[in-house]
Amino acid sequence: MTKILVEAVRKRFGDLEVLRGIDLSVDAGEVICIIGPSGSGKSTLLRCVNQLERVTAGRVVVDDIVMSDPKCDLNAARQHLGMVFQGFNLFSHLTVRRNLTLAPMDVKKLPQADAEALAVELLTRVGLVDKIDAYPRQLSGGQKQRVAIARALAMQPDVMLFDEPTSALDPEMVGEVLTVMRQLAADGMTMLVVTHEMGFAREVADRVIFMDDGVIVEQGRPSEIFGNPKEPRTQDFLRRVSQAG
Amino acid sequence: MDFGATIQGSWQLLLQGLWATVLVSVLAIGAGIVVGFVLCLMILSKFRVLRALAGVYVWVIRGTPMLVQAFIVYFGVPQLVRLIVPGFTISTFVAGGITLTVNASAYLSEIFRSGINAVDPGQVEAARSLGLSGSRTMARIILPQAVRITIPSLVNQFIITIKDSSLLSVIGMAELVNKARVYVGATYNYFATYILVAVLYLAVISVLMVVSRRVERRLNRDKDSR
Repeated sequence: MTKILVEAVRKRFGDLEVLRGIDLSVDAGEVICIIGPSGSGKSTLLRCVNQLERVTAGRVVVDDIVMSDPKCDLNAARQHLGMVFQGFNLFSHLTVRRNLTLAPMDVKKLPQADAEALAVELLTRVGLVDKIDAYPRQLSGGQKQRVAIARALAMQPDVMLFDEPTSALDPEMVGEVLTVMRQLAADGMTMLVVTHEMGFAREVADRVIFMDDGVIVEQGRPSEIFGNPKEPRTQDFLRRVSQAG
Repeated sequence: MDFGATIQGSWQLLLQGLWATVLVSVLAIGAGIVVGFVLCLMILSKFRVLRALAGVYVWVIRGTPMLVQAFIVYFGVPQLVRLIVPGFTISTFVAGGITLTVNASAYLSEIFRSGINAVDPGQVEAARSLGLSGSRTMARIILPQAVRITIPSLVNQFIITIKDSSLLSVIGMAELVNKARVYVGATYNYFATYILVAVLYLAVISVLMVVSRRVERRLNRDKDSR
């Protein structure tokens, strides 16, 4: 079953065309990792899926809802799409508890008791239930990102978008976040992950997409992309990444 | 130079004046916050007409002396109104209050705008990605954070408004400086009287500073280190 459909999507910022015709279809339960050099348009593509960036041309369809339609009720549609940001973006004036209960209570009108029970359950899942009354400032980077994942899950989305979730973390904290994401993938969540963690992509992804210069250059199973990349640009990128790592 | 005698002779007059000063300043800041916030929303709105209207208002008020504004409100506008409503006048307190409000609101709108702009755009993106509407995001995420950022400047504006209210003595409003001038006119006791007046302003503003520091500390609970 197709969960996300991206058709001929273009995105232009002024003179700069960041996405130059993207076609992508994501099945329910699929885990897709998007890799590529910085400036290749990976994050923009992700942000076009939930329309944090409006597309310049083309269509984005999620669960039969045409997100790219100007008349689309984005607030309703976005409830199906959880998003995790590179910079965490936890609500800094609210406790961890309120970070998790705010949207379910405000948007879904969930009663407070239910929202709090859900918050406890999700925080238990990411191993941070003891931090429920802490403020974001009191958490480490890895803990913040795990709370951010729990906050997105609190809306019970059926797709999770990850925008370089470990890029802002100290190396020793990358593991704890990837563990949570790995668990999520194992539970069958549909995931779109923009990442520089090649190990994670190789191990967890059902499909790896290599983007460069606003287009999808190559895609396939991790074993194909990492083991036997066909396009010279993919080969070049992977060579440079492995040298750096 | 005799402070004892000056206090004894002037305290009733000065306290009346001080009360008027505090009252008009509190009312002006209160009303100024409301008007300033509306102006700020207009400046941030997507409608060009609203932006232009608010922009002109802030430009004119910030670009003209408050004393001139007070003269216009107290002498100028009523003269115009008298063309339609003969015998129309306005009390010095109302004219002073309007002038102070108009003045404070222009500066406050800029303070609010910079407070809202200082909130990390990532906070908005996170809220929108969770399905919160633009107005809910404003109410739940942006404003609570902007208020914290704004408080020091807000208190500063309050202090400026209290001190600016002394200018209203010129249109005859019976505030602290005006009362002091009445007393001085009768006694020629310049030094002690105006020192007393200065001390009274200082006292009121000091109380305000202490209160604001408390409020600030309470609002910033979440910024405590672990």
